[in-house]
Amino acid sequence: MSSLIKSSIARKVVMALSGLFLVLFLALHVTINLTSVISPDTFNQWSHFMGYNGLVQYIMQPVLIIGVIVHFVMGIVLEIKNTQARSIKYTKYKGAANAPWVSRNMIITGLVVLAFLGLHFYDFWVHEMTYKYIESNPEDPTRYYTETVEKFAPIWRTVLYIVSFGLLSLHLWHGFASSFQSMGLNNKYTPSIKSFTKIYAVVIPLVFVFIAIYHHLNPITH
Amino acid sequence: MKIYLKIWRQKDASSKGKIVDYTMNGVEGDMSFLEMLDILNEDLISKGEVPIEFDHDCREGICGTCSLQINGRPHGPDRLITVCQLHMRSFKDGDTIVIEPFRAKAFPVIKDLIVDRNAFERIQQAGGFISVNTSGRTVDANSIPIRKENADKAFNAAACIGCGACVAACKNASAMLFTSAKVSQFALLPQGRIEASERVQNMVRQMDLEGFGNCTNTGACEIECPKGISLENIARMNREYLGASIKG
Repeated sequence: MSSLIKSSIARKVVMALSGLFLVLFLALHVTINLTSVISPDTFNQWSHFMGYNGLVQYIMQPVLIIGVIVHFVMGIVLEIKNTQARSIKYTKYKGAANAPWVSRNMIITGLVVLAFLGLHFYDFWVHEMTYKYIESNPEDPTRYYTETVEKFAPIWRTVLYIVSFGLLSLHLWHGFASSFQSMGLNNKYTPSIKSFTKIYAVVIPLVFVFIAIYHHLNPITH
Repeated sequence: MKIYLKIWRQKDASSKGKIVDYTMNGVEGDMSFLEMLDILNEDLISKGEVPIEFDHDCREGICGTCSLQINGRPHGPDRLITVCQLHMRSFKDGDTIVIEPFRAKAFPVIKDLIVDRNAFERIQQAGGFISVNTSGRTVDANSIPIRKENADKAFNAAACIGCGACVAACKNASAMLFTSAKVSQFALLPQGRIEASERVQNMVRQMDLEGFGNCTNTGACEIECPKGISLENIARMNREYLGASIKG
């Protein structure tokens, strides 16, 4: 087992499993967010549940944060090791001739998504922690919709969200199906997994973008 | 044809190399790429200059010895061939061709365009074999029934000539296509199953020790492999490795 932990294949599997976990989380996240467009009351109910349920707060949230950290740290470790594996670069290297841009630049799309996560955590998670644990405000199940919509009032934040989800789409485009290959699954189902990956990589970020634009264009009037 | 060449020249393993410009006149489309280099070398020798060192042997695409990065791609612009099968008709008059050695930390340059690919040999020695008693009573391999599908896949994996194009093409200089082909060709056959667990663990361990990069599934290796070795083999190696490591 000790050799397994240090091996290149184990690193791939760690990237794949943490990535797949984050892919699943995206589906949950987008579903809850979409209710903010359909029904503000439902959005408030779900958000309040996610914010105060013990299982979500003390089990799922730490697991999610660990998942993000593991995926990010392992990605950086792999990038460093892979750069070291070719210490002298080619004078001419035609990477585009044999591999798509998205597959060769996961580190770029990944770092942009990570930077976005910093803004996203500041916007919502830090705000939530401050509200609940620093300011010790009472529970208010009706505040979430207003807080969310107000976040998208500035055009710069809406644009940043759109750009980030564009990059997330590219990251998913390669990463989702690739994780199955890393875990040793390449069989008759692979073409279907690749097709589903493309649909998922486009639809999920597109829904997030739609929600951001919708709230920007429909501000709350007091 | 007039061809402008930019070729990596490096005196020895410890010297610093550089790109040197050469101009070739009268290049025929029917010349093989290596013949074009032969003519350039004859010209250099006649001028009293040191000829360009490059690897070659069978010159018919089966030995895996020739190993040039041509215009940023291993074995040049055409698919499913080695450099020795590449012809000058793939280029046009006035083209500039950049020729470099395969680049990887695990493939150090020996001289000019020749790299040391013994890392592959060491991976093979770590497990790329089956232990068979050759006392004279060896069971004929053909007497064991094997599913056609498995036989075909094993044969396709065994087509790997160990040229190193997969490493050269990969942005991470990963050797997983090579190693997985060698793992697969045995893992798919009953004779290879007996040592399958030790084989995959030992070969992957050696691959990691050699300093190759990690596969990120770009698929560049599969595209550039002169023998069309499939990424399916990497998935199989991952499966074999995970299964063997977990079982202990």
